[in-house]
Parts: sequence; structure tokens; C-alpha cells
Amino acid sequence: MFESIGKLIEKAGWPRIIIALFLLSLFAIAPFVNISIGTSISDTIVRFAMNSVLVLSLVPMVQSGCGLNFGMQLGVIAGLIGAVTSIELGVTGFAGFLTAIGIAIPFAAILGFFYGLLLNRVKGDEMVVATYVGFSSVAFMSMMWLLLPYKSPNMIWGYGGSGLRTTISVEGYWLGVLNNFLSVRIGNFFLPTGTILFFALIALLVWSFFKTKLGTAMTAAGSNPVYAKAAGVNVDRMRILSVVISTIIAAVGILVYEQSFGFIQLYMAPLLMAFPAVAALLLGGASVSKASMGNVIIGAFLFQGILTMTPSVMNNLIKSDMSEVIRIIVSNGMIVYALTRKMKVRK
Amino acid sequence: MKDQSLTRAKNPLVRFAISNAVPILFIILLIFAVPLSGFSTDYLLNEIITRLGRNSFLVISLLIPVMAGMGLNFGIVLGAMAGQIGLIFMLDWGVVGIPGIVLAMLVGTPIAILLGLLAGTILNRAKGREMVTSMILGFFINGIYQFTILYGMGSVIPISSNKLLLPRGYGVRNALDLLSVRKVLDNMWSVEISGVSIPLGVFSIIAALCIFVFWFTRTKLGQDMRAVGQDMQVAATAGINVDRTRTLSIIISTVLACFGQIIFLQNIGTINTYNSHDQVGTFAIAALLIGGASVAKATIPNVFIGITLFHLTFIVAPRAGKELLGQAQIGEYFRVFVSYGIIAISLALYAWRRQVEKETERRRAKAAIKAAIEDGTGG
Repeated sequence: MFESIGKLIEKAGWPRIIIALFLLSLFAIAPFVNISIGTSISDTIVRFAMNSVLVLSLVPMVQSGCGLNFGMQLGVIAGLIGAVTSIELGVTGFAGFLTAIGIAIPFAAILGFFYGLLLNRVKGDEMVVATYVGFSSVAFMSMMWLLLPYKSPNMIWGYGGSGLRTTISVEGYWLGVLNNFLSVRIGNFFLPTGTILFFALIALLVWSFFKTKLGTAMTAAGSNPVYAKAAGVNVDRMRILSVVISTIIAAVGILVYEQSFGFIQLYMAPLLMAFPAVAALLLGGASVSKASMGNVIIGAFLFQGILTMTPSVMNNLIKSDMSEVIRIIVSNGMIVYALTRKMKVRK
Repeated sequence: MKDQSLTRAKNPLVRFAISNAVPILFIILLIFAVPLSGFSTDYLLNEIITRLGRNSFLVISLLIPVMAGMGLNFGIVLGAMAGQIGLIFMLDWGVVGIPGIVLAMLVGTPIAILLGLLAGTILNRAKGREMVTSMILGFFINGIYQFTILYGMGSVIPISSNKLLLPRGYGVRNALDLLSVRKVLDNMWSVEISGVSIPLGVFSIIAALCIFVFWFTRTKLGQDMRAVGQDMQVAATAGINVDRTRTLSIIISTVLACFGQIIFLQNIGTINTYNSHDQVGTFAIAALLIGGASVAKATIPNVFIGITLFHLTFIVAPRAGKELLGQAQIGEYFRVFVSYGIIAISLALYAWRRQVEKETERRRAKAAIKAAIEDGTGG
């Protein structure tokens, strides 16, 4: 009996269990401090849907052996270019959202291609290089947001007449186009069906991609590059392809995030965006070299659950907002834990 | 491969230019940016002297882990946090002047040793990806630090002075004034030469540290670290306790960073309790790399050249940006871009070079085996 529990703990890992128990206790305490469980669950689901695609975007790179994509900001930037350009063009509603995606994808593909080329040259050090590629690209784009000739009065600074604002509202353009599609509202409970369906669609696409010959070759390139090479797989090309896919999904992911959040955040806002997504994926049971759709769903749900529940419960319990500190500890603790685990013996 | 043949170029001038590409690039950049900014030489000289005094200690704290083959220690933020905790207690106990600084260091040191021990142990479990792990570990400990300072101080950890605490009665305020120790080390022994004031006190501390580092590389422990940095397996066969040596290098680095942050903050004169340490790792590492260091080799000249070039860029970039493009904000973003970008490029170049070397080595081994086989069949 105890042995099987021990095995289960070993399989899931202590941090994951502690965090799951923590979340459970938050839900258990909630009713006693006058927090409606319905609203809490609804909020968790909304935030889960909003972040899910970003978390999903990490999977192809993990599978191909490129590690955790701390350079996710590149994809986010492509998405931001799509978002501001679609607003500049003045396309509204679902068409606007699709325009943004349509513009973002080629940018993401090009950026991803060069990013992939770079990562192939730094095998073994992908993660630290990726982090600083992500950071510097955010700083570079901050200069660009000031200089690019966008004209829409809804986006530029009122007094200077040039330069994009730090936050741009998507209200009136494509606010909630996915969230409100087929959405269900019962009292306080809100289900963003459209976003969840959209996530399911992309997840299904990625999942089925990894079932194809190409996808299997990609996984092989990640789990055993020498063997894959012997079997005739072009490992470097597989890695580049995975980076391109990851970057494109990240670009779409940020657009999904924005249509739900309501604002486009420019300048230094995307700087640390990769870390919560990485933490969520790891929380879901992924490792540095292996991730599945299940990891994405469980991880995003657990992580967003904690982010939603801690502020409200803690606020009522000790009259002080600990959520930010807890977010930092949980997300980075999870990443450190994953990085220190010995690589599993590969098949 | 092209890279390698270039480092082996015959012409010494070409070789020098290639192995010092980063500092040379920055000097060229500054040749254009400095006149554009319109700052006077006196002003720039004063600023550089101040910043050398302020930052050298922190940057030097990076050297020892590089020697031990652990790469750039992004975890010096841990030491910085320990130093800040020391300063908070110093303020609370009302000790002023140089005794205050010494007290802050005494309080900070055991915390830095503990954090260094933790970091060393964790990094030993993450061999081969020390840099990314030390960076994330910095973020993680930052969470613990904030938790301790924001909720623990004044409630569990006794803080008697109300001036330090938030109005709610626990948690330290966002900004603390260091008036009682402001510039005490700088003014301890300061000389003015034609309008440029030189804090000789701080510089002699830095000089002492340089001598310490120089001496350290010649001790048994220093030699062990170098051996571990060269090749862990060979070092282990030679009877060196690899894990212990690596942990010690991180502990020394963390303690030095703790002192470094105290020296840095006494010059600045205020602590931003929750942000002062944030960028310590990034800026120190960027400065060291701009000085011509790499992940595997960093020397004391790299430190001083790096700080001078990096901070000169820092000072002139906003003004140059304003003159050139009409917006100071662009210069601000430019310097952030430069510090992150330089780390990205240096790390990438290093990893690339290592990969090329590995590849050439493998090819050579393959060729040797092939030749041996052919010899065997031929004879």
C-alpha cells in the first residue's frame, strides 16, 4: 500500500503534489471566506483557455530536443505585429482576428526559421541562448514600436502623434471573438466555449502531426539524435521545423490571449512571458525533453487555478495579496526542479 | 570551422582583432556615440570613475565560477539579496558609517554562504546547464526573498524601527534611505585631480580583491577549480572532489557578490527593497562579456575594460538616441537591447565554437580510425 503511494509520488514528483494539494486546499477554504466556487472555477477556466495555446506552443520544441522554449517572446512579437497591423487596417470582428493571425504567421515563420538556425548551432546550450534571444528581441521591438509608422489614432500616443501606446485596447475590433462564440453563461458562471474549441482544434492538429511520419521523425530526432540520424532523419531540419511550428503557435497563442484579455501589451510587457508558460507545462508533468497534450491541459489548468485562487482566498484570509510572490515561487521553483532532474535514460 | 581557422590566423593583428571582436565593436560604436551625446570629457570621466568604483566588486565576483567551468554565474543575485538583508538589519539597529557597512557585511555573509551552498548543490544536479539553472534559481530565490521581506519582517523576524516598515506594521518599505552610510566608503579616502574625484578607498578595496583573486588561482583550491573547469572526469580521477570544489566556487562568488552589492548600494544611497538586485546579474555579466570575456575565460582586465565600455554606452546612449532620432526613450531601449543582445551573442558564439571544435575532433578521430583500419588491411 505504502509502496504504491511512494511510487505514485515518485512518478508525479513532490513539487507537483504539493502544488496540487495547495490548489485543492484553496478550493476547500474558498466557501468559508465567502468566495463563490462557481465564479472561481469559471475564472480559472477563462484564464486556462486564454493561456492554453501559449503553453501548447512549447511542445514541438521540447519534443524535437530543443528544450524549453524560453525564447517564446519571438513568436509573441510576431503575434503583436499581426495584432497592431490588423487594427491599423481597421478590420473588425472575427475577420480582424483572422487578419491578425494571417499577418502574424509569415513573420513567425521567418523569425522561427532564423531562430532555429541559431539553435542548431548552440546544441546543449539552447535554453540560456534562447532566454537572451527572447529578451533582446523584446528590447529591439520596443525601439521598433516607437519608430514604426503606424497611424491609427486608437493606437498611437495622443500628444506626440507617433509611436504606439504601451497598452492598446482591442475593444471594437476583436475583443472576445473566440470567448463569446457559443459561450454559456449561467449566473456568475461563464464558459468561453469558442476559445476552448479553438485550443482543442490546435491541440488536435499538433497531436495528429506527431502521429504522422514527419512528426514521429521529429520525436525521434529529439529522443535520440544519433539513432535518428542513422535511420535517415535530417535532425537539424527536424529541429528547425519544430522551432518554426512552436513560434507560429506562440504567435497565434498571444492573439488568443489578447482577444480574451482585451488589450495588446507592447514594449517590455512580453519580456517574461515565456516563464509562466514553461512553468505551467512542467507543472502538468512534462520534462525538459518530453511533453504531451495531457501535460499542457493539466499544467495550464493547475497553474491558472493557483493564479486565480490565491489572490481571492489569501486576500480574504490574511487581508493581503500574496499572489504575486506565490506566482514567482511556484513558477520558478517548478522550472528549477525540472532542470535539476537527471535526464531519463532514453529509449 | 571557418571560425577556428580564423583564430589561428597567421597575422597577429588579425588574430588580436578576432579574439577581441566584442570590445573593438563597442569602441567603434562609442567613437560615434560619444561626440553625438555632447557630454564633456570631465563629466564622462567622473561618471566612469564612479561607476568603476560602484560595479567592479560585483563583476569580479563572477570570475571564480568561470574558472571552475560553471560558466557565468547568474546566481550572483543571491549574494546581492544577502547584502540587502544585511543592510536592512544595519538600518534597523541604527549603526552608521563604516561600522555600519562592516556590520551589514557580517550579517550578509552567513546568509550568502547558505544561499551559495544551496546554489552549488542545485547546480551540481544540473551539470551542463548551469547558466540557465542559476538564472532561474535567481528568480526563485527572489520569490523567497520577497516573501521573507514583505511578510516575514516585522511579524516573525523582529524589526524595531517603524520607519522601515510599511504602515500596516509588517513588511519592509519599497525604498529605504541609506543616508547613514551613503558614500562612506567613497569618502573614506578620496582625492580630487583637476575636477575628477577619485574614491581611493573603494579602489584600494577593489585592488585588494584583485590581489586576492590572483593569489587564489595559485592556491591548491584554485588549481583544483581550474582542473575541474578543464575536465570534470579527469579531475575526479586525479582525486579532486568535483562537486565540493564546484560548490565552493559558487559560495565564494555569492559572498563576494554580497559585499559587492553593499558597496554598490552605499554609493547609490538608497535601496529599492524589491528591485535593486533584479538586474545585478544581467548587468555584471553584460559588462564582463563586453570586456572581452567568454563563458570559459574571464580575467581581471576584462572586468575593467568591460565596465568602462558598458557604462560609457549606458551614459551616452539615451542622449545620442535623442540627438539622432529625437527620442531619448529609444536610447533607453537601445541600452537594454545592447545588454541583453551582447549576452545572447556571446553565449551563442561560445556554444557554436565549442560545437565546431567537437565536430572537428570527432572527424579527426574518425579519420584516425579509418587510417588505422586501412593500414591493417593493407599490411
